[in-house]
Amino acid sequence: MAASAEADHSVTTLAPVDERTEPLQRPLRTLHPWAWWVWALGCGAAASLTTNPLILLLLVGAVLAVVSAKRGDDPWARSVRAYLILAALVLGIRLVFQILLGGQRVGTVLFSLPEIGLPAWAAGIRIGGPVTAESVAATLYDGLRLATLLICVGAANALANPRRALRSVPPALADLSLAVVVALTVAPQVVESAFRVRRARRLRGSARTLSAIVIPVLADALDRSMSLAASMDVRGYGRARGTTGAWPWLALAGSGAATLGLYGLLGLPGSSPWAGPSLALGVGAVIVALAASGRRRGTTRYRPDPWGGPEWCVAAAGVLVAGILVALTGAGSAMLRPSTDPLVWPALDPTTPAGALILAALVLAASPLVTAPSNGGSR
Amino acid sequence: MIELDRVGVSYGDRQVLRDVSLTISDGDLAVVIGRTGRGKSTLLGTLCGLVPHHTGGTLSGTVRVAGRQTSQHRPADLADLVGYVGQDPLAGFVTDRVEDEVAYGMEQLGVAPAAMRKRVEETLDLLGIADLRRRSLTTLSGGQQQRVAIASVLAAQPRVLVLDEPTSALDPTAAQDVLSALTTLVHDVGLTVVLAEHRLERVMHAADTMVWLDGEGGVLAGAPEDVLVVSDVVPPLAALSTVLGWDRVELSVRDARRRVQRERIETHAPAPAAPATAPVLLEASGITVSYGGVVAVSGASLDLREGRITALMGRNGSGKSSLLWAIQGGLAHTGTVRVGGLSIAGLPAAEARRKVGLVPQTASDLLYLTTVAEELSQADRDAGAPAGTAAGILAELGVTLLPDSHPRDLSEGQRLALVLAIQLAAGPRVILLDEPTRGLDYAAKEALAGILRRLADEGRAVVVATHDVEFAADATGDTVLLADGDVVAVGASRTVLTGSPAFAPQVTKVFAPVPVLTVADVAAGLRRP
Repeated sequence: MAASAEADHSVTTLAPVDERTEPLQRPLRTLHPWAWWVWALGCGAAASLTTNPLILLLLVGAVLAVVSAKRGDDPWARSVRAYLILAALVLGIRLVFQILLGGQRVGTVLFSLPEIGLPAWAAGIRIGGPVTAESVAATLYDGLRLATLLICVGAANALANPRRALRSVPPALADLSLAVVVALTVAPQVVESAFRVRRARRLRGSARTLSAIVIPVLADALDRSMSLAASMDVRGYGRARGTTGAWPWLALAGSGAATLGLYGLLGLPGSSPWAGPSLALGVGAVIVALAASGRRRGTTRYRPDPWGGPEWCVAAAGVLVAGILVALTGAGSAMLRPSTDPLVWPALDPTTPAGALILAALVLAASPLVTAPSNGGSR
Repeated sequence: MIELDRVGVSYGDRQVLRDVSLTISDGDLAVVIGRTGRGKSTLLGTLCGLVPHHTGGTLSGTVRVAGRQTSQHRPADLADLVGYVGQDPLAGFVTDRVEDEVAYGMEQLGVAPAAMRKRVEETLDLLGIADLRRRSLTTLSGGQQQRVAIASVLAAQPRVLVLDEPTSALDPTAAQDVLSALTTLVHDVGLTVVLAEHRLERVMHAADTMVWLDGEGGVLAGAPEDVLVVSDVVPPLAALSTVLGWDRVELSVRDARRRVQRERIETHAPAPAAPATAPVLLEASGITVSYGGVVAVSGASLDLREGRITALMGRNGSGKSSLLWAIQGGLAHTGTVRVGGLSIAGLPAAEARRKVGLVPQTASDLLYLTTVAEELSQADRDAGAPAGTAAGILAELGVTLLPDSHPRDLSEGQRLALVLAIQLAAGPRVILLDEPTRGLDYAAKEALAGILRRLADEGRAVVVATHDVEFAADATGDTVLLADGDVVAVGASRTVLTGSPAFAPQVTKVFAPVPVLTVADVAAGLRRP
């Protein structure tokens, strides 16, 4: 039932690969996926703290340089392109809305659009009108910040195999990661069967109803998930699970305490001496509970990704990039938030201490170029 | 090793197995045979605990595997004892890479990492898939997927391996690979293997025990040559034994060939048929199909004549499906397809299906209504034909279906007939079938062959893409052999099939070099000393 006209094609597509004799030696060591994620999220966090387009553009440059140098030839490695398009889209949409709906109407007028006044009940909303350089610059800066964040996430996706990343979650969360893996497996199959059914519908002529596609696809997806469940069952899934005891409750209490602590730190700054200890205690409790219930699962892991020197270097680079920007934000550095009203050229002066630090952060962001091994691909 | 004692399985009030008692000894290769719908899969399911734990239903009696009663243990708890590979290996894959898939079962069993690495290596070597270890599972060919699926259950070191139709989707060569892997496991590793198979000719020579489901819920188990004499499952060599009046069925081509020589049985091939002169209905030339830079069909040309049944054969991935889809017009291609001298390029779907009908590999993709009657009347509307056309065609094909049964509850053969009737309602003179014999037993295949002959006799041109050499020998007059997207041989099935080592049917191999194709040929030309 599941094999299809398409199956024939996919085999056809790969026939040349079948014939290729593949080397048996291990491919180049791949970096632990989580190291990439820490690095990318660090860069993303740094990006979210500044609106200086010079810093943001340099950061994007650093991230993209790392991606193009270190990604493999796997399907997910191509995803960064999609994120670039998404980032450009986000930037574009924000700009269009800013120009159309205006907002800030004082300053240097670049050009004026014909203004449409909406009726009284929609007072306050005006479409068109003068477009100022200040408002455009502010939108661009802010949009660029978001775009950079997206590109950082895209970079992590391109560099780290999502499934390998999931394989490395604590065993206690294995069920969760399994659900995601199954979704990752079944989703492309459903897309494939939708494609197959859509093509088959052509054979049937005029049947243009939605049900002509939805019903065969759903029936197919259901069949597949039943066979997958049966296969997992006979291969021992869930067999070694002991009783988990009170550990889940500890994890729950821990995450509650951590949330409370975080709220105290961020929401009530300065007025809650309990916040720090609560956060620490909560995080500790969660870690202990996850580790303990993970041991009780009784499953083992085949060839876990090693975490060694290169991983420490890459992850540390991410943490440091974010840390430098956090410290500069705390110090109130003006370089991070260039003024748009009055509009001035954004500054990045490496001779000042703050500028030197930012430059150092950018170099760190690009440091995986040197410290990380190239992804050899999954093959 | 495996003991079934008065086992019965029923789903609601439908009794699938009744009072089955059976013993399979350690190290046997047991083959479960029986017509479609008689409970082969159910019987296999009871061995690994999927029946009744996963499928529901009621199990009575006891099933013991190595002393463990399967009704008392969940399938997961039997994982170290029984390995199970389902019909579609791809649907059972949990991970995305060969190596991870092989390790998955052991991870669940909590095998120590060092032992796990060692076993993965051993298993990869045992099945000859070490060079595939880092490949993504979806990029493997059918035979490779099947071997990976076997490896992935084998790594947990079970003592019993249960396989549901392991070769049904494979071309003859890939099937041979899988079977030789299985025989190695039985002979060298001492595994007990139980498998169900429709294409008995592929496995029966390797079987130690054969278990026949008689259709009443009971079974007959014994030595293959004894069971085959009484069973209603008739592989070509069994049919040959009947024709030659042998008391037992020879299980391999080699044995049959020796006996034929010993008894000096001679036959001669029917006179070669005159070259087909019927008018050409469809003329395809220079068909090229490519997907993202990879060429699936490269410049294939094909003439289909009125009243002829053509087999389209070739390895998995040789471009059979792509060629059929391109001819029908449902796939972008270069080259021309003319029906009755007129190009059908760019015809809208509703017009194209009046010229060329295609029954795709997954025939159920075309069905989306809740009853057979609705499907048939929708087919009339789709085709703009008077009400009752499709139902009439279905009756003409000699197939009776309950009008209010659900299309998904039909057997493979019935569903195929339904889709065929739906496609014929549009009145195409050329009809293409992609891999129609999948999941069909010998009787259903014979019925299908009869239907195709009827369509051809009505003046249609029929093309069947198939792996099934026995079906091709039996049902088709012409054969087109594809390799690597191109036509490598074209001609009468008798010439093309008897000349090819991989695609020669068993009867041909027995009587080689006399070019007989089918048991009927043998009977017609029989000369006894």
